[in-house]
Amino acid sequence: MTEPEWPAAEQQPTARPRASLARPYSWTEGRTRPAIELPIEALVRTTPEGNAQPFNRSDARSTLIQLCLRPHSTAEVAVELGVPLGVARVLIADLVDSGFVTVLDTLGEHSTWDERHDLIERVLSGLRAI
Amino acid sequence: MDYARSDSVRSIKSAKIVVAGGFGAGKTTFVGSVSEIAPLRTEAVMTSASEGVDETASVPGKISTTVAMDFGRITLANDLVLYVFGTPGQHRFWFMWDDLVSGAVAAVVLVDTRRLADCFAAIDFFESRNLPFVVAINQFERTHQHSPDEVREALQIAPNVPVISCDARSHESARQTLIAATEHALSRLRTRGTGMRRVVAAPAAPAGGPHQRSDLG
Repeated sequence: MTEPEWPAAEQQPTARPRASLARPYSWTEGRTRPAIELPIEALVRTTPEGNAQPFNRSDARSTLIQLCLRPHSTAEVAVELGVPLGVARVLIADLVDSGFVTVLDTLGEHSTWDERHDLIERVLSGLRAI
Repeated sequence: MDYARSDSVRSIKSAKIVVAGGFGAGKTTFVGSVSEIAPLRTEAVMTSASEGVDETASVPGKISTTVAMDFGRITLANDLVLYVFGTPGQHRFWFMWDDLVSGAVAAVVLVDTRRLADCFAAIDFFESRNLPFVVAINQFERTHQHSPDEVREALQIAPNVPVISCDARSHESARQTLIAATEHALSRLRTRGTGMRRVVAAPAAPAGGPHQRSDLG
């Protein structure tokens, strides 16, 4: 049985809305899990290599690189790009892989007592000062 | 990422505090009051085994739900940003909170005394994750004002957990609540002394455990 030939004119109207619905996930090629741990509060910062990349407004990764010239958290990246957190994570992980952005340290399960103590003290003195 | 480098003590540039509570307890208001920016809303697509969830019969075995989280930002120093995350309100999304609480400095459980039972899920969860938290009674207008002691008694809150009153609409009150939560975290950490590597977060279950999972969290 041969595949029916779809007239291009008929295909267009249905293809468009579908494409727009699927877009965030097509950016990630359907992947839903980043290769690295990426806390929602972790700051993402563009590297000099990333900054040297040509800007392409239609590419989400390029937008992300521009955005993170000033560090933004994973959660903020998701908001700014208008994508769910999981999509933002995959995009960030890809860019970390390419060396175009870097993810700054956060408190984690493996943090030392000193790291935890220092961070909590800094948060406390910051909260008292604002 | 290498969390254990001894020279990395000052390298942490962001922190988070989690604000939980029942639906309508004032989480979003609280986040908005302390945030230096208009609160942002991000969405995560969650999947989970559908056991115990009755409205997804059409998709046996698995559910996929979009949950919204509000968060705010406070720049505390030129090398430190604090994010304040409100948990999704509905209890059945508790499985998502792992992602929220991992690495948190402290937590706040907001209580609406008209719906005391709504905050049980949050209290149980933070206790199970060993995350230091304070219970903050959000004083709504035109409601009977319950004292912290009454609420502690009603919720059977451990004596070492602070119970305070707050007004989620007030920047100053919300700030004081965050200070109380952070002070509590600090004193608990100091009580436990050095040598504890895992104080806030309990050892994580293997990723994608049997009944809690966040594919797109």
